Amino acid sequence: MPDVRTHEPDDHDNAYAGLLVNDTHWAFGTDFEDPLAGVDTTVPDGVDPATLAAYCLMLGDDALVLSQRLAEWCSNAPDLEEDIALSNIALDLLGQARLLLARAAAADGSQVPALPDGSPVPDEDRLAFFRDAPQFRNVRLVEVPGGDFAQTVVRILLFSSWRLALLDRLTRSRDGVLAAVAAKAVKELTYHRDFAGRWFLTLARGTDESRRRLVAGLDALWPLWSELFETHDVERAAARSGIGVDPADVAADVEAVLDQVLAASGVDRPAVAPLAAVQGDGAAQPAHGRKGRDGGHTEALGALLAEMQVVARAHPGGQW
Amino acid sequence: MPAVAEPELEPGAEAQLETQLEAQFEATIGRKDRIEPRDWMPEAYRRTLVRQVAQHAHSEIIGMQPEGAWIGRAPSLRRKAILLAKVQDEAGHGLYLYSAAETLGVSRQELTEMLISGRQKYSSIFNYPTLSYADMGTIGWLVDGAAICNQVPLCRTSFGPYGRAMIRICKEESFHQRQGYELLMTMMRGTDEQRAMVQESVDRFWWPSLMMFGPPDDESPNTARSMAWGVKTHTNDELRQRFVDMTVPQAKALGVTLPDPGLVWNEERGAHDFGQPDWDEFWEVVKGNGPCNAQRVAHRKKAWDDGAWVREAALAFAAGDCRDTSGDTSGDTSGETSNETRTV
Repeated sequence: MPDVRTHEPDDHDNAYAGLLVNDTHWAFGTDFEDPLAGVDTTVPDGVDPATLAAYCLMLGDDALVLSQRLAEWCSNAPDLEEDIALSNIALDLLGQARLLLARAAAADGSQVPALPDGSPVPDEDRLAFFRDAPQFRNVRLVEVPGGDFAQTVVRILLFSSWRLALLDRLTRSRDGVLAAVAAKAVKELTYHRDFAGRWFLTLARGTDESRRRLVAGLDALWPLWSELFETHDVERAAARSGIGVDPADVAADVEAVLDQVLAASGVDRPAVAPLAAVQGDGAAQPAHGRKGRDGGHTEALGALLAEMQVVARAHPGGQW
Repeated sequence: MPAVAEPELEPGAEAQLETQLEAQFEATIGRKDRIEPRDWMPEAYRRTLVRQVAQHAHSEIIGMQPEGAWIGRAPSLRRKAILLAKVQDEAGHGLYLYSAAETLGVSRQELTEMLISGRQKYSSIFNYPTLSYADMGTIGWLVDGAAICNQVPLCRTSFGPYGRAMIRICKEESFHQRQGYELLMTMMRGTDEQRAMVQESVDRFWWPSLMMFGPPDDESPNTARSMAWGVKTHTNDELRQRFVDMTVPQAKALGVTLPDPGLVWNEERGAHDFGQPDWDEFWEVVKGNGPCNAQRVAHRKKAWDDGAWVREAALAFAAGDCRDTSGDTSGDTSGETSNETRTV
């Protein structure tokens, strides 16, 4: 390693040198627009493109909405290390969402909202910013307001334990794009679960106050837990055609992980009932009532999307 | 609580030793070599550095807010990722700089408390509001650009930990600046509304950006001493001129007007002449009367106060873990064992 004291950073003296040159030195040049550039997005034989797209939207919306929630911590966390860690998790999920929404659009363009002719808005952004709440397919766990740091830790633990198990199996998807996205995500989710597991233990065994808040956070989110393991028709079809994973199949593995964390922390499973499904008023609604995967959401999602989509919707012909 | 403990000096031998140490210190500065934390340094040098590094760290942390406010509204997934990563980098810069300040004998907690009680300052630019998404580009182009002009010379500053932190920070800042400029470029290729948004944003941030270099040289009381110590290597006016000269061609390429009718090329000087910012406004903002001063500090204070129970829990857990583990090791509860356990 060179002696830093002799380092003369003259090459950086001009802050503007090369600002207009689109050299390859920069990761974010004016290129890099298409997240799936160079990737073969052909739908595998025997797979219904609409099912593949709907399945990708489910996994993509989960990541997008939780990313939006976690980014709310930016500049608000208990200390700088946690601020950076929570941004990191939000960024990872945002990256997963971008790929999954792009994959959905490439599989079935008919699910992408139409914009005025000539609009330069890319497909993944049309899906993120130009769908309304009932068109979002995320589970309700990711959309409810953030709560305090303890509740945030609980949510990341529940979500990442579940999603890690799902995406670990998804690495064997017959869809090469989904398999590749899952392989990348598994590394990220392993870190997220580790971060949340450590903090869960720390807060459980820290002070009376931290334990009280942790248990309250777990109680608050518990009603949304069982929904994660209920199989939607799209998930069932995706699993049957070898591109997706039936969430019911990972339940035992995920519960075992959670039990381990709860036992180490000396925290009991909450005795709180699951949040009920709500029947819609259309003939097309499932008889069992609607949950997140059906587009049945809490009040919180509309407000979250209003913030997220406000600038994009004001400029449907804009480019960013 | 003082930032730095006062030295206990006795007359006579102590004073003679200090004269020798001071000569060595001056010789190190004279060679343009680095002063390291273990080296003797004059108390006033230490105080100046704590003030400057802390102010710089606070600026990074407070600077997260005006941009952080737009992460939730970023209009594309790509821009959301860029903005979130940028604000995260600022938290990282704050971390390096607080660490550099800690080598001077002051803790992050003490510095944070001085920030939220108003005893230490941060860059006044962050007391201006962000009112449109174009501001995310303008902050990158002008505010980060001005910051880089100020900071690049600091890579050669005399205090080692600060200079080394600045090398890394400058690299990331120039990356941010490029991303900001690229956002503005993209928006200028977009709709009329987007172009108007960019111009309006540049109009608002131009003068505050010029203020970032500090008051004119004849009103900057600390400049001479900081330059003699190698803490500062260029005057405020020199850096401001450099910034204007570099920015003008970029504005032209972008297609925006800089809101200064007095901005013209001076062939004789080989530099641009330009108007002065409203220095009364500058001092008002410095004194705490800017559009967002109270809001920025209140935001930081709320985050710090709301996080107190988490920091306490982490400390209690570390201490408890320590006790539990040392209980397992046949009654050896010496401090050394505890410390080792704590690092596990």
